[in-house]
Amino acid sequence: MSGKTGFEVNAAGRKVPVEANGKTQIPFPGLGKQLPQGRKAAPPVRSAAYYPADGDKRVPDLKTALEKCGLKSGMTVSSHHHFRNGDFIALKTLQAAAEIGARDLMWFPSASFPCQAPVVDLMEQGVVHHIEGSMNGPLGDYCSQGKMKGLGVLRSHGGRWQAIQDGEIHVDIAVIAAPTADPFGNCDGSHGPSACGSLGFALADSIYADHVIAVTDNLVPFPCVPWQIQGNNVDYVVEVDQVGDPSKIVSGTTQITRSPERLRIAKQIATLLRDAGIMKDGFSFQAGAGGIALAFVGYLKEMMRQDGVRARFVRGGSTSYLVDLLNEGLTDYILDGQTFDLAGVASIGENPRHLATSPFTSYNHHGKGNFASMVDAVVLGATEVDVNFNANVVTHSDGRLLHGIGGWQNCLHSGCTILAIPSFRDRIPVIVDQVTTLTGPGELIDVVATERGIAINPRRTDLLDALKGSKLPIRPIEEIKAEVERFCGGPPQKPVLTDDPVAIIKWVDGTVLDTVWKVGK
Amino acid sequence: MAPGAGQAGNDDTRSDCFVRITPANGGGLDLQIESKVELYYGDSIRKQATAALDAAGVRDARVEVRDQGALPFAIEARLEAAARLAGYLDGKPDLPEPAPLPPVSDRNRLRRSRLYVPGNDPKLMIGAGLHGADGVILDLEDSVHADAKDAARLLVRNALCCIEFGHSERMVRINPEPMAIPDLAAVIPARPDLILIPKVEDADQVARVDAAINRILGEVGEHRPIWLMPILESGKGIENAFEIARASERVGALTIGLEDYTADLGVVKTRDGAETLWARSRVVNAAAAAGVQAIDSVYGDVADEEGLRAWGERSRALGFQGMGCVHPRQVPVVHDAYSPSEQEVDKALQIVHAFEEAQKLGLAVVSLGSKMIDPPVVERARRLVEQARKAGRVQEEQS
Repeated sequence: MSGKTGFEVNAAGRKVPVEANGKTQIPFPGLGKQLPQGRKAAPPVRSAAYYPADGDKRVPDLKTALEKCGLKSGMTVSSHHHFRNGDFIALKTLQAAAEIGARDLMWFPSASFPCQAPVVDLMEQGVVHHIEGSMNGPLGDYCSQGKMKGLGVLRSHGGRWQAIQDGEIHVDIAVIAAPTADPFGNCDGSHGPSACGSLGFALADSIYADHVIAVTDNLVPFPCVPWQIQGNNVDYVVEVDQVGDPSKIVSGTTQITRSPERLRIAKQIATLLRDAGIMKDGFSFQAGAGGIALAFVGYLKEMMRQDGVRARFVRGGSTSYLVDLLNEGLTDYILDGQTFDLAGVASIGENPRHLATSPFTSYNHHGKGNFASMVDAVVLGATEVDVNFNANVVTHSDGRLLHGIGGWQNCLHSGCTILAIPSFRDRIPVIVDQVTTLTGPGELIDVVATERGIAINPRRTDLLDALKGSKLPIRPIEEIKAEVERFCGGPPQKPVLTDDPVAIIKWVDGTVLDTVWKVGK
Repeated sequence: MAPGAGQAGNDDTRSDCFVRITPANGGGLDLQIESKVELYYGDSIRKQATAALDAAGVRDARVEVRDQGALPFAIEARLEAAARLAGYLDGKPDLPEPAPLPPVSDRNRLRRSRLYVPGNDPKLMIGAGLHGADGVILDLEDSVHADAKDAARLLVRNALCCIEFGHSERMVRINPEPMAIPDLAAVIPARPDLILIPKVEDADQVARVDAAINRILGEVGEHRPIWLMPILESGKGIENAFEIARASERVGALTIGLEDYTADLGVVKTRDGAETLWARSRVVNAAAAAGVQAIDSVYGDVADEEGLRAWGERSRALGFQGMGCVHPRQVPVVHDAYSPSEQEVDKALQIVHAFEEAQKLGLAVVSLGSKMIDPPVVERARRLVEQARKAGRVQEEQS
């Protein structure tokens, strides 16, 4: 931590630092209160005169590319998580930067994964100063223990675009790992031996970064089609043996839950969509790749079939479950942010109705609208939720960093936001008086669905009316909490946290929603 | 295990805990607790352990607790079981906060489904009432290893005390004699609604269980009804079905265990069950003769939903009123299979209505349209409407 700064209590009642990593921060002023001004950031103007006329931008290796981009100490280097826990390139980039002698870099990944745990060593050596991006596993522990030199900054996928676009983050060098690319720098994620689907998370970096390096293990002659990343934004192209481990590129978690309690939650959410009249011709929904969300898609599919209902679009992370929906004609389109399994990868490569989207189209709050608020219903997870429906998705109940925000905050803007959560995990109640880390304001969370009942946010009188007469076990959230606390033996002890901030949680508009504190002993 | 030491529970199973108590000569309590939820419930677990050990009379001993996030009802059961196995036999249980006691169970209540829950696995107990089964069976017999019977019976007792099972009837399957007696001694004071008696071959077995229950209820001063459901699992049991069904006022239902029965006959259990048709029909007939419910066995293939549905529909047609479920996903299928169709309910309502109209007009003959309706048809229609109403399948008549 770079010394103590001042704190303010924001509109959500959370104590947040007014400065982070040398930049002034705006405490969250309440939903819709932060109005951006000024113009978007932009990279320097370039001339084709300085790039090869034959379009061949190849250089021998990553180190050379970084040197040619003018890598210096203190710069911001970005990478992306399209290969998830199978990524080879982000770590290699930072290690090459270390060889060049760069220090105090800010690493700006769209998300980090356990495969990047050796970045801890680079932080110990002073090569990497701090990380702004999701942290979990060893990186999360390192940050939670207060060992990182700067403050962690956690943003949603949309918030990351917003931060780059608004000039809050200036990316000096973006390194884009591409399953297929041509020598000009056009990149595609949907084909090649390491195909991962979309390259949407790298799009902002390709547009706004000073320098862009494309790294691929499947170089094709110009043109690489489709060009999800335009070569016109790319400085150098590097060929490597492998960009990632294909077996780990897809998420390992795309299994339908087998727990009867969780299946019950999934079925009830599907029933809720039907009973509330949300499931109707032309509707849309989004569900992630968690066990409950996948089971939910299965149940909803059955109900859509029974009632002869067809969706206009569904939003990924896509999985075989969504692909089946598309192939069976139960949805017109999949608008896909990322691909979670090989069926999704194959579909996005072959089916013109399965489209890759980016955080700009899907989630960016500082744009002329985005897709997230147009989705009729979304099913999300959470680690904790309080009796006012405020939720935590980034830390354990003990305050340790657990998950990135991902698209979670952005998805809260849907027409009906449903948190699908077990009422307790290992004796620890999930419904609490106050969440450890506020990640989403309760105003935007409409339904908390547990195996012991479904709580509807009292603000949603329309939803409560629509569900009158439904056989669903709709109960006040306080009642579910009391029941769980009874058999758990009372509410849990409060975690011991210190007064030292280790990370901040940004809201979708760039303001600071909450602080993650160093964990105590 | 050291001589004199007692242990119970598992430390490799989520929501369970392992306890080992090694008595010592003096030195007080040496309490070692490791818990997955130390940060959240460490203090609570220490407090509970200290109180439970005190109640059990454990004063000088080394006590190891390795907890995987067990709920208080399970922690108490493990501590108490370990204490008893270590020789502390005179202690009293220090039970966690009890759940509200549900209403008394009706002798003829709806018993379409009964969901089996292993009696020594706390993880599956807490959610067992969520699946809408008409009954939940906490099983002390086949799903509990011989070494774990003592521990399981305390866990089942605590589950009955502390867990809400929603609308499900709270059932316990005890072991055959002689273990039946300590099973009953443990669970009866916790007021289950129904006891399943396995491997019943004659009426005396039921009578002995009945007597034991009466004795225990007398001791605890409790008069809440507890029903019996004998399970016939052998050729001899089937032959004595009627006597067994009449063996006690407490018998509310008669059921059959097909795995053991087919083994006794030396035949293979098939998907359509032709080999057990006679035995099952015998159970139905004996139950009808004795005025109790006839309940079918289980369908073991959890993945075969169509097979289950077909079995259930045939079973209902034979005269059974329900069957066992080995997985929660079987519950809705079983409920469908044992419920009358909409057409059946409509027809029955018409018949009952016609009968009531005829009564009002003082007519001796009931007719519906051009058809005469015989009294047994009216009676069957009444029963069907009553069953359908219990199952929530009757749109209440507009007045």
